[in-house]
Amino acid sequence: MIPRLLVIAFALASAIGASDGPTKTLRFAFQGGLNSLDPYALNETFTQGILANVMEGLIKRDQDLKIVPGLAERWETLDPTHWRFHLRKGVRFHDGSPFTADDVVFSAERARGSGSQIKARIPADAKVVKVDDHTVDFILTTPNPILHYEWETWLIFSKSWTEANGAVNAQHAPATSLSPAALKANGTGPFTITSHEPGVRTVFKRNPNWWGTAQHNVGEVVFQTVASDSTRVAALLSGDLDLMDPVPVQDIERIKQSPIADVMVKPELRTIFLNMDSFRDELLYSSVKGKNPFKDARVRKAFYQAIDIETIKTKIMRGQSAPAALLIAPLLFSHASQFHRWPYDPAASKRLMAEAGYAQGFELGMDCPNDRYVSDEEICQAVAAMLGRIGVKLTVNALPKAKYFEKAGPKKYDSSFNLLGWTPSSLESYGVLTNLLRCRDKDGKGGTFNFGGYCNPQVDALIDRILVEADTAKRDDLITEAFRLVHADVGVIPLHQQSLAWGVSRKINAVQRADNQIRFETIWMQ
Amino acid sequence: MAAADAAPNRQDTMLAFAIRRLFEALMVMLAVALIAFALFRYVGDPVNQMVGQDATLEDRAELRRHLGLDDPVIVQFGRFITHAVRFDFGISYQLKQPVTGMIAERFPATFELALAAALFAVALGIPMGVYTGIYRDNWLSKVFLTVSLIGISLPTFLIGILLIYLFAVKLGWFSSFGRGEVITVGFWRTGLLTASGLKALVLPAITLGLFQMTLITRLVRAEMLEVLRTDYIKFARARGLSDRAINFGHALRNTLVPVITIIGLQLGLIIAFAIITESVFQWPGMGLMFIQAVQNADIPVMAAYLLLVAFLFVLINLIVDLIYVRIDPRIRIYGKGSQR
Repeated sequence: MIPRLLVIAFALASAIGASDGPTKTLRFAFQGGLNSLDPYALNETFTQGILANVMEGLIKRDQDLKIVPGLAERWETLDPTHWRFHLRKGVRFHDGSPFTADDVVFSAERARGSGSQIKARIPADAKVVKVDDHTVDFILTTPNPILHYEWETWLIFSKSWTEANGAVNAQHAPATSLSPAALKANGTGPFTITSHEPGVRTVFKRNPNWWGTAQHNVGEVVFQTVASDSTRVAALLSGDLDLMDPVPVQDIERIKQSPIADVMVKPELRTIFLNMDSFRDELLYSSVKGKNPFKDARVRKAFYQAIDIETIKTKIMRGQSAPAALLIAPLLFSHASQFHRWPYDPAASKRLMAEAGYAQGFELGMDCPNDRYVSDEEICQAVAAMLGRIGVKLTVNALPKAKYFEKAGPKKYDSSFNLLGWTPSSLESYGVLTNLLRCRDKDGKGGTFNFGGYCNPQVDALIDRILVEADTAKRDDLITEAFRLVHADVGVIPLHQQSLAWGVSRKINAVQRADNQIRFETIWMQ
Repeated sequence: MAAADAAPNRQDTMLAFAIRRLFEALMVMLAVALIAFALFRYVGDPVNQMVGQDATLEDRAELRRHLGLDDPVIVQFGRFITHAVRFDFGISYQLKQPVTGMIAERFPATFELALAAALFAVALGIPMGVYTGIYRDNWLSKVFLTVSLIGISLPTFLIGILLIYLFAVKLGWFSSFGRGEVITVGFWRTGLLTASGLKALVLPAITLGLFQMTLITRLVRAEMLEVLRTDYIKFARARGLSDRAINFGHALRNTLVPVITIIGLQLGLIIAFAIITESVFQWPGMGLMFIQAVQNADIPVMAAYLLLVAFLFVLINLIVDLIYVRIDPRIRIYGKGSQR
């Protein structure tokens, strides 16, 4: 009797004792997996986003993706090529070692070292100099006003821990053994990783010694991969999951009607657009011989105006898209509201085609991925139907992403008309311009992801000036001018920004970022 | 080939038989490796799946050189075979782990699932088959046969999704995905020792085993119907043996040869292609690993998996042949089949 009472009393006491401090467990599933825990080994948005909960960069971004201080409290440019970062004091890594300038210098070398996939984050010829324990200088050879824009996911390693664990070089694909950093993580962030099964299940625990103020009450996060869309939806509806991503568009309404789950929707940064091969002298996949119709801006504009983007939005994207006039999301470009799409006007399209000499239309082959973007294949087929009305007989060749990018992308660019989606990793316009709209050669040197090979020397000149222009107002004007030229010339056909859809339990409050990165420290559970 | 084995001692013949079969296994695996390798040139570009969108052309080219993707196919194949004989299947392009380790890690999950599915299929299929064979026009027999018809006509993924929605979402009896808690015994991670692990096994095992169960039911039924008409059964009845002795001691034993063949082949199929069930239930087994490898053009994983599957089939066929001899006295290794 008395021992039993003691047991009950003990249980009660421990239950009460455990209820102070965040103790909730968040069960989260994504369609892809978390494989290596080394953020330098693979330049992939999801991996780096999740690891940004465990390790941190010099800067961070808030929910509107504006840059805020991270491990650096403040920074300044002493002159256009000399940056100084003042580091936060009193920060410790999970293993207890203090965060100092040595760790920043070490991480910069590691990021540019062998095996790293994020070399582009820091200019190769930049010198990283420790000034004192909490100050680091970056000395560049040319000005670069967006030097730090991608540093939210350039996560800082602890020099002592990494060296002690033999992980000084990032895991590279053909290595003969796993780097220890692939299976363990040590950072300064609000969560630690307590267990990790690559591609299956990872468990995060709250770091009570984090330097920041926690806006969350999550004590533990269990992350699992659930690749099958319907299983993920079922798991959310049955209460097995608290948060899942993405929600397939056809299930959004269903989940909204559930008593225990809801859907958070937000325009994503990824812009979906169409490329037309204006590089070759004769198209590879068309019935027009001896010349390339896409070299004529009137044909390009005819194609643009034949596409009814509103119907695509309502019928195919089920309302979950934002028609775009630019290749960059409005959130990331302050002058985006100055741009409007060329209006949907099939009559004008037919006129332009006749003016250009293609009144009878022609046959054309289109390449399209079928497992990469939301409703990608359906969009292509809708485009085919719409272009049919202006006399263009389009054949859609849908491929899985592994095959699609091999065919239509660098270096082959073996395509005449194709669909692509892009989010600039720098979260600003220079990335878009230099990767998607810069002139390239036939192998892809230059604008590597300029699948259509659109080339306008005036735009190139503007891009080069944008790279080094430090004054924000002047820079934005140059960017506006560059986009305006591309728009007038119809270099590409923007379609829309697709939407993010997170499935959430009604018991949680979460902050959704437009770049689809999830920060556990912003989640509140009832 | 058989004449040389006409030795008087049955044990010796078994051994020679087994050795010859293993040699054939090697030939089969070599052929599979060759065909698979020829196909891998067309699965897509693994390099694009491995690098981020910011990777420069030089980075991509360097990666191709590192992985040996620019070498001629013969060289790549030779390299693969020389490593494979040492059980070194390289590093997965996507997960960057040794493939052998990945397969060893995921094999227990698939094996337990396949075993559970096979047990379900056999434990339900054989009794149902016997019952419907003996009591041909019973109403219960009709129910069993209708159920088996449904099992054959519905595709696996549909069965899986239906079971999830019924038992996980609506009734909440089982979880909708995953393996539950697993316990590591030596190198084997088993879900059989925990309650949540056993519960998690139920829905996927039914999904995977339903097709086999219906197959076995119908096969046993057809065989029973035929065997019950044979002379030796009639003579057994005339002699006065009990129904039980006749049905189970004689009839069932003789129906087992084709049934065991089918079970054996199906077991191989279950293990190799539990892909769909594993995808629906996010079961961390080899099938799921394989389908992800296909999507990512992860060639080392695909190659290792196909070789493993080839080996499994050959092994199972060997075991099935050896079992024949035990259960059916009419079959000899060095002779022809039955005289039925």
